[in-house]
Order: sequence, then C-alpha cells, then structure tokens
Amino acid sequence: MIPELGKYAVSVMSAYGVTLVLLVGIVAQSLWRAARVRRALDAQEQRTGARNG
Amino acid sequence: MSIWEYANPKKFMQTSAWALPWVTGLAAITLVAGLVWGFFFTPEAANFGTTVKIIYIHVPSAMMAINIWVMMLVTSLIWLIRRHHVSALAAKAAAPVGLVMTLIALFTGAIWGQPMWGTWWEWDPRLTSFLILGLFYLGYIALWQAIDNPDTAADLTGVLCLVGSVFALLSRYAVNFWNQGLHQGASLSVDKQENVSDVYWYPLLLCITGFILLFIMLVLTRTRTEVRLRRLKALEARERLA
Repeated sequence: MIPELGKYAVSVMSAYGVTLVLLVGIVAQSLWRAARVRRALDAQEQRTGARNG
Repeated sequence: MSIWEYANPKKFMQTSAWALPWVTGLAAITLVAGLVWGFFFTPEAANFGTTVKIIYIHVPSAMMAINIWVMMLVTSLIWLIRRHHVSALAAKAAAPVGLVMTLIALFTGAIWGQPMWGTWWEWDPRLTSFLILGLFYLGYIALWQAIDNPDTAADLTGVLCLVGSVFALLSRYAVNFWNQGLHQGASLSVDKQENVSDVYWYPLLLCITGFILLFIMLVLTRTRTEVRLRRLKALEARERLA
C-alpha cells in the first residue's frame, strides 16, 4: 500500500510522522482544554445559579 | 448586518457553534483527501525524487505560519483600535496553532533539506527569518501567560504582534529581497510557467485548503474556550466579592 519511496523513505516518512504528531497534538490539546473549561464553567454557573435562587 | 456584530461574545458563540461542525467535517475531508492523493498517487519528481511528497505538508504549513501571524495582526489592530475583546482572544487563540505550523515548516524543511542540500540547516535568509518568526510566536504566547490583567496583556501582545509582522513579511519575501541562500523561490505562482506542474499542484491545492480549514476549526474552538474562560473568571471574581 505504501508507495515505493526508495532511498528517501526515511526522510519522507519522518517528515509525515513529525507533522502528524504535531497536528494531532494541537487538535487534542485544543479539544481537551475546551472540554475542561466548559465543565468548569458549567459547574460555576450552577453554583452561581443555586446561590441566587 | 455588520461584521462588528461578531465582536459581541454571545453572537460569536452562537455563530461559531453553528459553523464548527461544518468546518471540522470539511477540514477532515480535504486534509485526508489531499494528503492521500499527494502521498499515494503522485509520481516522483526528476529533481527531488520521492522527497517531492514532503511538499504537501511543508508548503501549506509554511503558508499558514505566515498567514496566521497576519490574521493575528489584523485582530490585534481591531483590539487596539476598537477594543473588541473577541478579536484579542482570537489572536491569543491563534498563536499556538501558528507556532505548531512554524515548527512543522522548520522540521519538514530540515528533513527535506538534508538529502537535497546535504545539510539540515543553513543560515539562509528564509530559514533564518522563519526561525525568528517561531521565536516571536513563543514570545507572544509567553507574554500572554506572564500578565495577569487580560486587557494589559492584549495591549502588549498587540504591540508585539505589530513588531513581529516585520519578520512574517520577511519570511514571505526573504527569497525576493536577498537573492542568495539555499532555499528556492516560491513554489506557487500565478504564472503557469513558474508554478509547480499540475500533477503536484491539484493535490497541493487540496492540502492548502485542508490546512486553512483546520486552522479555522482550531481557532474557533480555542476562541470559544477563551470566551468561556473569561466568563468563568468573571463569575469566580463575583463569587469572591459576594
């Protein structure tokens, strides 16, 4: 399935590997932080709502 | 309807919530299609051999690294002139994505340069200005972290963004300003003779579109997080005062 990359196989695969790691990293970090902040805000709004009746 | 409506956090949150699933889906489709097409179904080039496949990640990431800084410049100017908080938060949200794009461009450039030029790194005008752009991204992110008052942080990072724009422009036009160094001229051109050949150009165009959509998806997600974080801090402060 992988095309014949010849003597440049290591260069091409490592370039794609580094890119994949960095892109997956920034997407995962963005989604994880979004979920964490959203949970914290929901909890805070519930507390504020409960206190204000 | 005015574009300034989106400076209202509530309006921004509503519109971005609607747009986000579409942008995410389109980003995934174009990125996967472009990379699969480029990696599996394009021939090797006479001058680059199979390393030409690196073009599908190197060129889009380098373009994004420069253009994200331009986007940050525009949103920072909107903050500095019109004091719209969402625009300052959008600039803050974009910076880590820009740093990642710069790192991808630098790493893939070094990996590509080694077999082609016989060296991982050269103090070439474009490479050097790109490295400095990466350092500006780091400084910009660090400055946001270092200042507690968000408005002061937005002011100072806005000024830093203006200064860094010089290097964003240099990164783009370095090969034109200084006709020296190892890095070749721009791969893309409106002149068909100078542009890369069609067999590489169409999948590259798809990859560039995918990177742009991925950036929009990430910056919307991260800006929404920053808006929520600001509301969370306001509620916590109100609770402490009560």
